[in-house]
Amino acid sequence: MQDRIFSNRAEAPASTNRLVVLPFGKSVEIAYKSIRVRFFRSLITTLSLVLAVSFLSFTDVSNDVANGMLASGSVELRQALVRAGYDLGPEANNVASSPKQRWILILSLLVCAVGIVNAQLMAVTERFREIGTMKCLGALDRFVLRLFILEAGMQGLAGSVAGALLGAVFALLAGWVRFGGAALQQVAMMHVGASVAAATGIGVALSLLGVLYPALVAARMQPVEAMRVET
Amino acid sequence: MSNVVRVSGVTKRFRLGKIEVQALKGVDLRIDRGEYLSIMGPSGSGKSTLFNMIGGLDKPSTGKVFIDEVDIAQLDAYELAWLRCRKIGYIFQTFNIIQVMTALENVTLPMIFAGVANDAAVQKGMKLLEQVGLGDRHSHKPFEMSGGQQQRVAIARALANDPAIILADEPTGNLDLTTGEEIIALLKRLSQERGVTVISATHDFKMLNVSDRVVWIRDGRIDKIENREELSISIGRIGARE
Repeated sequence: MQDRIFSNRAEAPASTNRLVVLPFGKSVEIAYKSIRVRFFRSLITTLSLVLAVSFLSFTDVSNDVANGMLASGSVELRQALVRAGYDLGPEANNVASSPKQRWILILSLLVCAVGIVNAQLMAVTERFREIGTMKCLGALDRFVLRLFILEAGMQGLAGSVAGALLGAVFALLAGWVRFGGAALQQVAMMHVGASVAAATGIGVALSLLGVLYPALVAARMQPVEAMRVET
Repeated sequence: MSNVVRVSGVTKRFRLGKIEVQALKGVDLRIDRGEYLSIMGPSGSGKSTLFNMIGGLDKPSTGKVFIDEVDIAQLDAYELAWLRCRKIGYIFQTFNIIQVMTALENVTLPMIFAGVANDAAVQKGMKLLEQVGLGDRHSHKPFEMSGGQQQRVAIARALANDPAIILADEPTGNLDLTTGEEIIALLKRLSQERGVTVISATHDFKMLNVSDRVVWIRDGRIDKIENREELSISIGRIGARE
């Protein structure tokens, strides 16, 4: 106990032995445990993302199914598409999402993003004391930021993968019901895979975007908050 | 004997809406290494404000706070975090055990921040938990423990990085009489064994028996500072008055 808290400041090796650290693996572990303990809560946060991503994936994969049918060159399948309400010109050989469809998609993603921000702000408020305590124990702003972003990333990834697969399965099922097995054989699995991957990517990006502001709020919190008695 | 904490001419003003409140009106205080010091005072006296200043949780409006002769106002965010991590252990009225972690994980967290390897941290964490009498409860979550047990975990956590100072904010405020006494005895024993300076803000008179010195705060100023010898008499007087 005799050694001084700071040796002569001028000679103190500036950053090497005075650095507070949180190894990345440990951050992942803490974030994972945090999600697991609040599983139900995380589930609800993630649910809106699952729905939005599955809608996106459903739309994209439905288009993939239609494109596959067109690419087959079969007249029957083309007529089946027209009967199903696809607006096909005589020369058209691919289907893209209509402006209206895109508009609805963007809206649903927007609503989802707002929902994520809302849920994460709630989560931050609930955990004020936990964050303050961590800061009293020496956590830096960026530890807190990293923990929240990691949590959101894991939730986002799990939710997006689930949503994208769900949407794709439903789109394929819908295609099978409407156009029969022959239509599905024409679907390029590459395209479906790309659609699922894109939907997953967008979902994760949304999740990360949504947590950014709440995580900043959490990270900037003063440790003195931990001392306050009222919750 | 060096001063581990030196408070010099500290004032603090807050703005509450349009009203300016002066919580501290010029406080000077020296705290020796290894001392067990209690800060007493009614709520609203500026006790908590002074306490937060000493812990580096708040910055004074004017005046300076030195921890081991280093002005903490001069420290940047990294150095402050390092100070909180390595040199100060905090104990709270509301225990503030991190809810999602087990007792052992709570105790090892400050060591992880300090860069201690995982195995060494777990080993030391177990030892600390044994010292506070919770060796068999290391894998329990906070909600499986009583208040007294949670506060013991908090004490073990505060000691994790062998700090020079332990700051205890009303450590017995949420505990019943007997548990409070046990916690105070534990704190006193560990501080003596390890030579740690304990500074506690309290209005629990049980705390006074173990304190080396008591600082009475009133209305933003130090009312009086009493040593232990003078104390027994004044406790009698307080007891009689209340």
